[in-house]
Order: sequence, then C-alpha cells, then structure tokens
Amino acid sequence: MSESKKEVDVHSGVETTGHVWDGIKELNTPLPRWWLYIFYITIVWAIGYMIAMPAIPALPGLGTHNTTGVLGMSDRHTVEQKVAELHAERAAESTKLLDASLEDIETDLNLQQFAMAMGESAFGDNCATCHGAGGRGAKGYPTLADDVWLWDGTLEGIEQTIRHGIRSADDADTRFSAMPAFGRDGLLTSDQIDDLVQYVLSISGHEADAAAAARGGVTFQAQCSSCHGVDGHGTRALGAPNLTDADWLYVTEDEWRNGTAPDEIRGVITNARNSHMPAWNGRLDDATIKALAVYVHSLGGGE
Amino acid sequence: MTTLIDQKNATPNPPSLYEGRKQIYPKLAHGKFRMVKWIVMAATLGVYYLLPWIRWPRGEGIPDQAVLADFAGEKFYFFWFEIWPQELYYLAGLLILGALGLFLVTSLFGRVWCGYTCPQTVWTDLYIWVERAFEGDRAARMRLDAAPWSFNKLWRKLGKHLVWLIIAFWTGGAFILYWHDAPTVAKGWFTGEAPLTAYFFAGVLTITTYFLAGWMREQVCTYMCPWPRIQGALTDENALNVTYRYDRGEPRGPHHKGESWEGRGDCIDCKQCVQVCPMGIDIRDGSQLACIHCALCIDACDDIMKKIGRPTGLIAYDTDFAVAARAAGQKPKYHIFRPRTILYLILMGAIASMVGFGYFNKSTFEVNVLKDRSPPFVRLSSGDIRNGYTLKLVNKASKSRHVLVAIEGLDNASVQIIGVETEADGKIGLDVSAHGVDRFRMLVTRPGGDPVKRSDFTVTVTDTATGESEPSPAVFVEGAP
Repeated sequence: MSESKKEVDVHSGVETTGHVWDGIKELNTPLPRWWLYIFYITIVWAIGYMIAMPAIPALPGLGTHNTTGVLGMSDRHTVEQKVAELHAERAAESTKLLDASLEDIETDLNLQQFAMAMGESAFGDNCATCHGAGGRGAKGYPTLADDVWLWDGTLEGIEQTIRHGIRSADDADTRFSAMPAFGRDGLLTSDQIDDLVQYVLSISGHEADAAAAARGGVTFQAQCSSCHGVDGHGTRALGAPNLTDADWLYVTEDEWRNGTAPDEIRGVITNARNSHMPAWNGRLDDATIKALAVYVHSLGGGE
Repeated sequence: MTTLIDQKNATPNPPSLYEGRKQIYPKLAHGKFRMVKWIVMAATLGVYYLLPWIRWPRGEGIPDQAVLADFAGEKFYFFWFEIWPQELYYLAGLLILGALGLFLVTSLFGRVWCGYTCPQTVWTDLYIWVERAFEGDRAARMRLDAAPWSFNKLWRKLGKHLVWLIIAFWTGGAFILYWHDAPTVAKGWFTGEAPLTAYFFAGVLTITTYFLAGWMREQVCTYMCPWPRIQGALTDENALNVTYRYDRGEPRGPHHKGESWEGRGDCIDCKQCVQVCPMGIDIRDGSQLACIHCALCIDACDDIMKKIGRPTGLIAYDTDFAVAARAAGQKPKYHIFRPRTILYLILMGAIASMVGFGYFNKSTFEVNVLKDRSPPFVRLSSGDIRNGYTLKLVNKASKSRHVLVAIEGLDNASVQIIGVETEADGKIGLDVSAHGVDRFRMLVTRPGGDPVKRSDFTVTVTDTATGESEPSPAVFVEGAP
C-alpha cells in the first residue's frame, strides 16, 4: 500500500523521491526544462553527424564500403593535407638545408638546430626501430652514439649509408661485403674455430689460452686477415670490424660479464653474420636524409 | 514534518519532471549601489575591450602589445612583466593570490565578486540595460511579452536581439585580441587572413555571450556556477552580506498613511526588493544560494523607506551575527580582524612576497643540462665512457650573448660541442641568440673502468661581456645501476 502514498515535504511543498539517508529525505525537484532540450539537441546532432560524416562501417549486408558522409571527410586525405602543409611550412628552411653542404649545416648553429629537430623526429620514426632511441644500438644493430664506424663516420659517409643502405638487395650503390660461414660451409674444422676464438679473445685484451691462441693466429692470418687486417684492426672499405677494440657488434656487455662471449664469437665465425640496412633513397626526401645525416653524426660526434 | 497524501485524491496528472524557466523582469533601481554597479560595469568593460590595443615597445623583434598571451612565441606579456614557459609558476602564484583574495573579500563582504565584477553579472546587466532601452522597464516589458505580435513588438524584439548580437560579437572579437597582435588580427579578421582558431574562439565567445547573458542569465549562477556552493564554506556569521534585517522589519504588513508604527515592523511588504532583483528571489527569505549580493534591493528598499519616513537600511550590508545580536536586544559588534581574515592576509602577503622576490631576482639567463636518457652511456672503442647531453641556453635579454662553457668536478673528462671548436684550455665559446632558446649537443668523455657508476659535476656557462655565470648541475653515468 505504501507505493500508492506520495509524500510531500511541508516546507517546500515538493514531493519526495521516497529515498531516505540517515533520516534525510530527497526532494523530487524537477530538472530545468532547458536541460531536457539539450538532450534532444544531442540526438539531433547525432543524426546530423551520421549524415555529414563517415559513420556506418562496411558490415556484411551493409555494403562493401563504409558510408562517407556528405562532407566527404577522410582521415587519409587529412593526413595527406597535413603532410603537404608541413612541407610548405618547412619549405624555407628545407631549401637552406638542400643548398648548404653537410659541414655548413653542422657549423651554422641555426641550421644545425633545425636539422637536429627534423633529424630527431625522422630518426624516431624510421631508424629507432633497429638502432634504438638516441642510437643506443642493440645486438647486431650498431650503436650510433659511440665513436665506432664500420664503414664511414664522416657526414658524407653517413649520408651515403642512409641513402643506399647496407647489403640492400634493391640498390646498386649499396655498401656490400660478405663474411663466409666458416663452420657451416666446412671451410674450417671445429677445432680450428675454437683456436680462432682464443686468438680473437687474446688480441682484444681478454683472457685466452695462449697455446690455442697461437694456433688460431696462424689460421687468422690465412683466412681472416684479408678483410680484418693482419693486426685485426679491420678494413673500412669492406665494413670489416676492428677486432681489437672494446666495441662488439654481435656481443653484448652482458655476455662479456656472464662469460658467454666466447660462445657468441664462435657462433659468428661458424655461421657468419651479415646484417642488412634498407636504402632510404626515395623513401625519405633529400632534406630529411641530410637532416638525418647531421643528427646521426652529432649523436657520437662522428668522424 | 511531512504529510502523506493518498494518490487517488491527488491531481490526476502527475507534475512534470521538467520545469520551464520563469522569465524575470528586473525593474531599474536608483541609488548608490546602482551607481557603483554602473561605474564598475564601465570600468570592467572598458578594460576588457581596450587593453589589447595598448602598445608597449619592448625592443627589436619582440611583440609591442602591453597584454599578450603569445602562444606562437611561447610567452606571456603584461606591461613590464614577461613570463616564459619555464616560469609558469609565477602564473600559478598569481592564481593562488587571486583565489586567496576572493576568500578574503568573501569572508569580509560576502559575494561582492558575484554582485559587481563577475563577467556573467556585468554582461547580463549590460544586456538588461539594452532590453530596457528597447522594451521599457519592468511593467512595460511584462505587457509587451503578454501582448500579441504586432509591428511594435516585432521591431523592439528584433532591435534588442540585434544589439545583443553586436555586443556578443564585440565580446568574442575582443577576446582573440589577447592572443595575437591586436591590429594585425583585427585587420586579418575581415580579410579572411586571421588564424582558424581566432574565428573559432570568436564564434564560441559570441554564441556563449549571447546565450548566457541574453537567455540563460540567473540560471548560469544557480545551476552552472560552482562558486555559490563554494561560498557557503567561505562566508560566515561575521561576513557583511546583503541582509534583510528581520529584527527591524517583522512583523511585516501593508501600512496606511497616518497609522502608528508601534507593535509592527518597518517592512510594508511592497515587494520592491523582489521586483528589482535580477535573480528573481526574495531577500527576505534570508541568505540563499541564488542571491548574488548585487545590493540592488538595498537601493529599492531605501527609496521606499525615505518615502514612508522610516530610517533607511532595512535591507543593508550586515552580518548574521549583528542581526541576531540586535534581535536579542544587544549591541551588534563587527569583527573585521578575525582569525580567518588574518590568516588570509598572512598567506597573501607570504605568496605575494615569494612571487615578487622570485620575479625581481630572476636571472635573464638560464642554463639547463638535459642528459640523454637513451643511451645512458656508451663505451668507445678505446674503452672510454661517453655521455651525451642537450645544453639548453635560455637568453631572456633582448641582446645576443657570447658565452664560455666549461665543466668542473669531473676528473680527466673532456667536453665537446657538436659544430663548435673546443679551445686549448678546454673551454668552448658559443653565440646565444637574443630573446630565445638555443640547444646544443654536448658530449662528455672520460676514461672507463672507474668503479663509481654515477658522478655529479657542474657545467658553468659564463657570459664573456657581463661576467654573469650560471652553474648547472649534471650527472655522468658509466655503468648500468
């Protein structure tokens, strides 16, 4: 029976909702009507929006394309427009980049700051996937913030690498060399490779078995020195790394610490590691490539 | 204290869940508070519309607008003052000061902000003034609204809305002048060359002004604004609020000329206080959420009191405390210096002096050394360790500088800045552009093998002309932690 009773607050003359909290009753005060109108306006807006903008997806039975809306709004088109706007906005400075030599860009601090800003964002989008944020590198992907350059660390050399890549299949001017898989292809026996590992450890200042290293040295001169050099200092033109320094492309600092480094070196000699970098010529515009060259050069000071 | 009603006997139609607005027709008041409100309106609108046009030469290449929020150049200008993004805490300080100022004023004089200076109040007042000019005062407006459509009604309504829209447009238009060079954006506006955001915000402000001041009015204060709720925590029994002195007014009732005033109150229930109220409330119900304390009811009531020969001030700025004291037959006491007002004053003084001291002692030159997060360090071919940094030099002066960069506190370290020669003594000379921020890439190298994994050092940047020296702390990392 209580549902049929309506309760009215004597002070305000307003009905209550029947809800009670600690003896306090809630008044059923009406909402302002404009509030309701705003709710109706949102419904009208939603209908208008569905007509004006892409709204209904391509679902089975609903056609093969989503609705495009009468305004013809398209995110792809907007992106194209924004990219064009960006190029237009950068046009003046980009032209300066194209006209200046890489050295001039780096020493003219205004141009340098522009190139660095442009290079940093292009690096983040295109290069950091492999080379890491800030060029920190990873196993198999050279660190760009140090002073070790496999091929060429000059501004022009870096630009050349970015344009044509390394061992890039679809670029005739790409930097190329190939280390044989000495173990897998049966060029050296397992024992010979063990000795070579000891030799490589010894020339880079690590602990090694002296007798094995001496045997390995002979094999090294016969098989490896043509590329890595008689003294193991490497050959730039072939991208053959210096084996006597503290920098290792395929061995991490952790692997040196936990003692698995010799196994890693053995793996490289056995199977060879020839990593690839794509050619960016044509994928990135000239101004971006120049900005990237300056940015990469600045990471570790270059050569 | 509730009554139960049997639903069968109640009205057959349930009450609507939504309530329409009841149009309020405030009558024009005359008196000192109305005069104060006219003056405040003229002053606030004058400042708002004219401020961006004041020129204030600052030097070559720097905006010459006295008050400007320059988003493109990332700076705020206010006459002598200039705030860079790195110094936004001054703005935070000013906002805190403003909030405390409101607290102080509210605890002393109630909602004077709402009653006199709030833009909603000022523009609504201006709109009602326009409405009165076209449609006449309260009674005439009520008659006009009730009358059927006629040419007379049409032109008055159209004229009113047109003037409202013009005012709204000027309001929105003036707003964008604060964010761009005023003459340029004003000219660009009409030739279609102003930025899209300028059109957008001018449009938004035009629409909100027209609707909030023309149509919504008191609903903004009672439904939309949080301040009436907050003020409940700020006002107290010692605050001077617009108050109906019930101790003097009650019992109220009509009074005929020649009758005695013995045994009755001074309120003759003429409802003038209700008719002038822009919020449509009755001040005699006591302090309430919807009251913006504009004091127009004081003017209306004083008028009547003079006419009937009673003392003015039946409605006046008074405190709950004083009214209660008089009702109890005691002498009212007013307390301006109370613990809370003194606390507000002390806090305001402290924050004002902190902001002031900070601002007037700030350097025109700032050095920030931002260490690369990735990689934290690299090992060079020789085994040495290198860390990369971005050296950010902020030059707030209007002249370019030549500075020398040196590092201290790091043994055997060498420093290099990309694109710049290091001098024989290990220092590096840099040219820093005027009134701007320059970034340089700095590399610090030191022999590896040090067991210390993290060392603090200092980068000192010295202006060769003025000798100003800015040391900045930095960290050198040489191993994973």
